[in-house]
Amino acid sequence: MALKSEIRGDVLVIRAEQARIDAAGAIRFKEAMRDVAATPVPRVILDLSQVSFLDSSGLGAVVAVMKHLAPARRLELAGLTPTVEKVFRLTRMDSVFTIHPSLDQGLGHVGE
Amino acid sequence: MSANDRQAAGATGVCYCLDGSAVAVREGLSHMFDAPPLSGLSATARGTAEIVLAEVLNNIVEHAYGDDGGTIRLCLALGDEGLLCRIEDRGMPMPQGKLPPGTPPDPASAAEGGYGWHLIRVLARNLGYCRVAGVNCITFLLPLEG
Repeated sequence: MALKSEIRGDVLVIRAEQARIDAAGAIRFKEAMRDVAATPVPRVILDLSQVSFLDSSGLGAVVAVMKHLAPARRLELAGLTPTVEKVFRLTRMDSVFTIHPSLDQGLGHVGE
Repeated sequence: MSANDRQAAGATGVCYCLDGSAVAVREGLSHMFDAPPLSGLSATARGTAEIVLAEVLNNIVEHAYGDDGGTIRLCLALGDEGLLCRIEDRGMPMPQGKLPPGTPPDPASAAEGGYGWHLIRVLARNLGYCRVAGVNCITFLLPLEG
Protein backbone atom coordinates (compact mmCIF):
# COMPACT_ATOMS: atom_id res chain seq x y z
CA MET A 1 0.00 0.00 0.00
CA ALA A 2 1.79 3.14 -1.19
CA LEU A 3 1.15 6.18 0.97
CA LYS A 4 3.55 9.11 0.92
CA SER A 5 3.31 11.68 3.68
CA GLU A 6 4.83 15.06 4.48
CA ILE A 7 4.16 17.89 6.92
CA ARG A 8 3.21 21.18 5.24
CA GLY A 9 2.86 23.81 7.98
CA ASP A 10 0.21 22.49 10.34
CA VAL A 11 -1.12 20.03 7.79
CA LEU A 12 -0.18 16.40 7.34
CA VAL A 13 -0.45 15.65 3.62
CA ILE A 14 -0.86 12.00 2.68
CA ARG A 15 -0.75 11.05 -0.98
CA ALA A 16 -2.24 7.73 -2.04
CA GLU A 17 0.10 6.45 -4.74
CA GLN A 18 -2.02 3.60 -6.00
CA ALA A 19 -4.59 3.48 -8.79
CA ARG A 20 -7.26 1.65 -6.78
CA ILE A 21 -8.68 1.56 -3.27
CA ASP A 22 -10.94 -1.47 -3.59
CA ALA A 23 -12.13 -4.57 -1.75
CA ALA A 24 -8.77 -6.27 -2.33
CA GLY A 25 -6.83 -3.45 -0.67
CA ALA A 26 -9.22 -1.62 1.67
CA ILE A 27 -8.02 -3.20 4.91
CA ARG A 28 -4.35 -2.58 4.12
CA PHE A 29 -5.16 0.99 3.11
CA LYS A 30 -6.95 1.56 6.43
CA GLU A 31 -4.06 0.13 8.45
CA ALA A 32 -1.43 2.07 6.50
CA MET A 33 -3.41 5.30 6.92
CA ARG A 34 -3.62 4.79 10.68
CA ASP A 35 0.14 4.32 10.88
CA VAL A 36 0.95 7.35 8.73
CA ALA A 37 -1.64 9.56 10.42
CA ALA A 38 -0.19 8.95 13.89
CA THR A 39 1.69 12.26 13.48
CA PRO A 40 0.01 14.75 15.85
CA VAL A 41 -1.18 17.61 13.61
CA PRO A 42 -4.68 19.12 13.60
CA ARG A 43 -5.39 18.73 9.88
CA VAL A 44 -4.85 15.74 7.63
CA ILE A 45 -5.39 16.03 3.87
CA LEU A 46 -5.59 12.82 1.86
CA ASP A 47 -4.60 13.52 -1.75
CA LEU A 48 -6.53 11.09 -3.98
CA SER A 49 -5.48 12.58 -7.32
CA GLN A 50 -3.67 9.37 -8.35
CA VAL A 51 -6.57 7.11 -7.42
CA SER A 52 -8.75 6.40 -10.44
CA PHE A 53 -11.07 3.89 -8.77
CA LEU A 54 -12.61 3.47 -5.34
CA ASP A 55 -15.45 1.06 -4.50
CA SER A 56 -17.76 0.83 -1.48
CA SER A 57 -15.07 -1.03 0.49
CA GLY A 58 -12.61 1.75 -0.25
CA LEU A 59 -15.19 4.33 0.77
CA GLY A 60 -15.77 2.45 4.03
CA ALA A 61 -12.02 2.47 4.67
CA VAL A 62 -11.80 6.25 4.19
CA VAL A 63 -14.76 6.71 6.56
CA ALA A 64 -13.09 4.43 9.12
CA VAL A 65 -9.92 6.55 8.98
CA MET A 66 -11.96 9.74 9.46
CA LYS A 67 -13.58 8.24 12.57
CA HIS A 68 -10.22 7.02 13.85
CA LEU A 69 -8.77 10.55 13.65
CA ALA A 70 -11.80 12.31 15.16
CA PRO A 71 -12.43 14.30 17.22
CA ALA A 72 -8.91 15.71 17.66
CA ARG A 73 -8.02 15.67 13.96
CA ARG A 74 -10.02 16.17 10.84
CA LEU A 75 -9.59 14.21 7.62
CA GLU A 76 -9.99 16.29 4.47
CA LEU A 77 -9.84 15.00 0.90
CA ALA A 78 -8.31 16.52 -2.21
CA GLY A 79 -8.08 15.81 -5.93
CA LEU A 80 -10.95 13.37 -6.45
CA THR A 81 -10.88 11.85 -9.94
CA PRO A 82 -14.25 11.48 -11.75
CA THR A 83 -15.16 7.92 -10.74
CA VAL A 84 -14.06 8.47 -7.13
CA GLU A 85 -16.06 11.69 -7.02
CA LYS A 86 -19.10 9.81 -8.33
CA VAL A 87 -18.95 7.29 -5.46
CA PHE A 88 -18.74 10.07 -2.85
CA ARG A 89 -21.57 12.01 -4.51
CA LEU A 90 -24.00 9.10 -5.00
CA THR A 91 -23.58 7.98 -1.38
CA ARG A 92 -23.84 11.61 -0.21
CA MET A 93 -20.57 11.18 1.67
CA ASP A 94 -19.40 14.32 -0.12
CA SER A 95 -21.52 16.13 2.50
CA VAL A 96 -19.51 14.62 5.36
CA PHE A 97 -15.97 15.38 4.18
CA THR A 98 -14.35 18.68 3.33
CA ILE A 99 -13.30 18.01 -0.28
CA HIS A 100 -10.80 20.28 -2.03
CA PRO A 101 -10.58 20.34 -5.84
CA SER A 102 -6.79 19.99 -5.54
CA LEU A 103 -4.13 19.62 -2.88
CA ASP A 104 -2.87 23.17 -3.51
CA GLN A 105 -6.35 24.53 -2.93
CA GLY A 106 -6.63 22.46 0.23
CA LEU A 107 -3.35 23.85 1.56
CA GLY A 108 -4.44 27.39 0.75
CA HIS A 109 -7.73 26.77 2.48
CA VAL A 110 -7.52 27.74 6.14
CA GLY A 111 -9.64 25.36 8.23
CA GLU A 112 -13.04 26.79 9.00
CA MET B 1 -32.12 -14.97 -24.12
CA SER B 2 -28.84 -16.44 -22.90
CA ALA B 3 -25.45 -15.02 -23.83
CA ASN B 4 -24.91 -18.00 -26.09
CA ASP B 5 -28.17 -17.26 -27.87
CA ARG B 6 -27.15 -13.65 -28.29
CA GLN B 7 -23.83 -14.68 -29.78
CA ALA B 8 -25.64 -17.04 -32.10
CA ALA B 9 -27.86 -14.12 -33.08
CA GLY B 10 -24.81 -12.15 -34.10
CA ALA B 11 -24.51 -9.74 -31.18
CA THR B 12 -21.07 -8.94 -29.81
CA GLY B 13 -20.81 -10.97 -26.64
CA VAL B 14 -18.02 -12.13 -24.38
CA CYS B 15 -17.92 -14.30 -21.24
CA TYR B 16 -15.34 -14.54 -18.47
CA CYS B 17 -14.81 -16.93 -15.58
CA LEU B 18 -13.28 -15.54 -12.40
CA ASP B 19 -12.22 -17.04 -9.08
CA GLY B 20 -14.37 -15.77 -6.24
CA SER B 21 -11.73 -13.68 -4.47
CA ALA B 22 -11.23 -9.93 -4.13
CA VAL B 23 -7.82 -10.14 -5.80
CA ALA B 24 -9.22 -12.14 -8.72
CA VAL B 25 -12.02 -9.58 -9.11
CA ARG B 26 -9.49 -6.73 -9.25
CA GLU B 27 -7.34 -8.54 -11.81
CA GLY B 28 -10.37 -9.70 -13.78
CA LEU B 29 -11.80 -6.18 -14.04
CA SER B 30 -8.44 -4.83 -15.20
CA HIS B 31 -8.28 -7.49 -17.90
CA MET B 32 -11.92 -7.01 -18.99
CA PHE B 33 -11.65 -3.25 -19.34
CA ASP B 34 -8.71 -3.68 -21.72
CA ALA B 35 -10.85 -5.61 -24.23
CA PRO B 36 -14.13 -5.06 -26.08
CA PRO B 37 -16.87 -4.33 -25.27
CA LEU B 38 -15.72 -2.52 -22.09
CA SER B 39 -12.65 -0.93 -23.69
CA GLY B 40 -14.89 0.93 -26.12
CA LEU B 41 -16.96 2.74 -23.49
CA SER B 42 -16.74 6.50 -22.94
CA ALA B 43 -14.84 7.57 -19.81
CA THR B 44 -18.08 8.25 -17.93
CA ALA B 45 -19.76 4.99 -18.94
CA ARG B 46 -16.57 3.13 -18.11
CA GLY B 47 -16.52 4.59 -14.59
CA THR B 48 -20.16 3.61 -14.08
CA ALA B 49 -19.56 0.09 -15.41
CA GLU B 50 -16.50 -0.39 -13.21
CA ILE B 51 -18.36 0.68 -10.06
CA VAL B 52 -21.36 -1.60 -10.74
CA LEU B 53 -19.35 -4.64 -11.83
CA ALA B 54 -16.95 -4.30 -8.88
CA GLU B 55 -19.84 -4.02 -6.41
CA VAL B 56 -21.77 -7.01 -7.82
CA LEU B 57 -18.65 -9.19 -8.06
CA ASN B 58 -17.34 -8.28 -4.61
CA ASN B 59 -20.78 -8.87 -3.13
CA ILE B 60 -20.63 -12.42 -4.50
CA VAL B 61 -17.12 -12.89 -3.10
CA GLU B 62 -18.07 -11.63 0.35
CA HIS B 63 -21.62 -12.89 0.79
CA ALA B 64 -22.50 -15.64 -1.70
CA TYR B 65 -19.18 -17.48 -1.40
CA GLY B 66 -17.81 -16.10 1.88
CA ASP B 67 -14.75 -18.08 2.92
CA ASP B 68 -15.53 -21.02 0.65
CA GLY B 69 -14.62 -19.47 -2.69
CA GLY B 70 -15.98 -20.60 -6.03
CA THR B 71 -16.25 -19.56 -9.63
CA ILE B 72 -18.05 -16.51 -11.02
CA ARG B 73 -19.19 -16.42 -14.63
CA LEU B 74 -19.76 -13.03 -16.23
CA CYS B 75 -21.16 -12.38 -19.72
CA LEU B 76 -21.31 -9.02 -21.45
CA ALA B 77 -23.04 -8.09 -24.67
CA LEU B 78 -23.44 -4.73 -26.29
CA GLY B 79 -27.06 -4.01 -27.16
CA ASP B 80 -28.90 -1.01 -28.55
CA GLU B 81 -29.89 0.24 -25.12
CA GLY B 82 -26.63 -0.39 -23.31
CA LEU B 83 -24.31 -3.09 -22.07
CA LEU B 84 -26.19 -6.24 -21.08
CA CYS B 85 -24.57 -7.96 -18.12
CA ARG B 86 -25.24 -11.42 -16.72
CA ILE B 87 -23.34 -12.67 -13.67
CA GLU B 88 -23.68 -16.19 -12.25
CA ASP B 89 -22.34 -17.92 -9.14
CA ARG B 90 -22.99 -21.13 -7.23
CA GLY B 91 -22.85 -19.60 -3.75
CA MET B 92 -25.50 -18.92 -1.12
CA PRO B 93 -28.83 -17.55 -2.37
CA MET B 94 -29.78 -13.93 -1.78
CA PRO B 95 -31.54 -13.42 1.58
CA GLN B 96 -35.31 -13.91 1.12
CA GLY B 97 -34.57 -14.87 -2.48
CA LYS B 98 -34.38 -11.28 -3.68
CA LEU B 99 -31.88 -8.51 -4.25
CA PRO B 100 -31.18 -6.21 -1.27
CA PRO B 101 -33.17 -2.94 -1.26
CA GLY B 102 -29.96 -0.90 -1.22
CA THR B 103 -31.21 1.75 1.17
CA PRO B 104 -28.21 4.02 1.60
CA PRO B 105 -26.87 4.71 5.12
CA ASP B 106 -27.55 8.17 6.52
CA PRO B 107 -24.36 10.15 5.80
CA ALA B 108 -24.43 11.53 9.36
CA SER B 109 -24.05 7.99 10.72
CA ALA B 110 -20.64 7.69 8.99
CA ALA B 111 -21.25 4.01 8.29
CA GLU B 112 -18.28 1.98 7.09
CA GLY B 113 -20.41 -0.26 4.86
CA GLY B 114 -23.81 -0.71 3.28
CA TYR B 115 -23.17 1.44 0.20
CA GLY B 116 -22.69 -1.29 -2.40
CA TRP B 117 -26.28 -2.13 -3.37
CA HIS B 118 -27.23 1.52 -3.28
CA LEU B 119 -24.55 2.25 -5.90
CA ILE B 120 -25.69 -0.72 -8.02
CA ARG B 121 -29.34 0.32 -7.89
CA VAL B 122 -28.61 3.95 -8.72
CA LEU B 123 -26.32 3.17 -11.66
CA ALA B 124 -27.70 -0.03 -13.24
CA ARG B 125 -31.05 -0.49 -14.98
CA ASN B 126 -33.41 -3.46 -15.44
CA LEU B 127 -31.92 -5.32 -12.46
CA GLY B 128 -33.04 -8.91 -12.23
CA TYR B 129 -32.24 -11.91 -10.02
CA CYS B 130 -33.10 -15.57 -10.19
CA ARG B 131 -31.85 -18.76 -8.63
CA VAL B 132 -32.16 -21.91 -10.67
CA ALA B 133 -30.60 -25.29 -9.85
CA GLY B 134 -28.23 -23.82 -7.26
CA VAL B 135 -27.05 -21.00 -9.53
CA ASN B 136 -27.58 -17.32 -8.69
CA CYS B 137 -28.03 -15.18 -11.77
CA ILE B 138 -28.03 -11.39 -11.70
CA THR B 139 -28.81 -9.47 -14.88
CA PHE B 140 -28.75 -5.75 -15.54
CA LEU B 141 -28.20 -3.13 -18.17
CA LEU B 142 -25.45 -0.51 -17.97
CA PRO B 143 -26.01 2.81 -19.71
CA LEU B 144 -23.63 3.82 -22.49
CA GLU B 145 -24.10 7.50 -21.67
CA GLY B 146 -23.86 9.30 -18.35
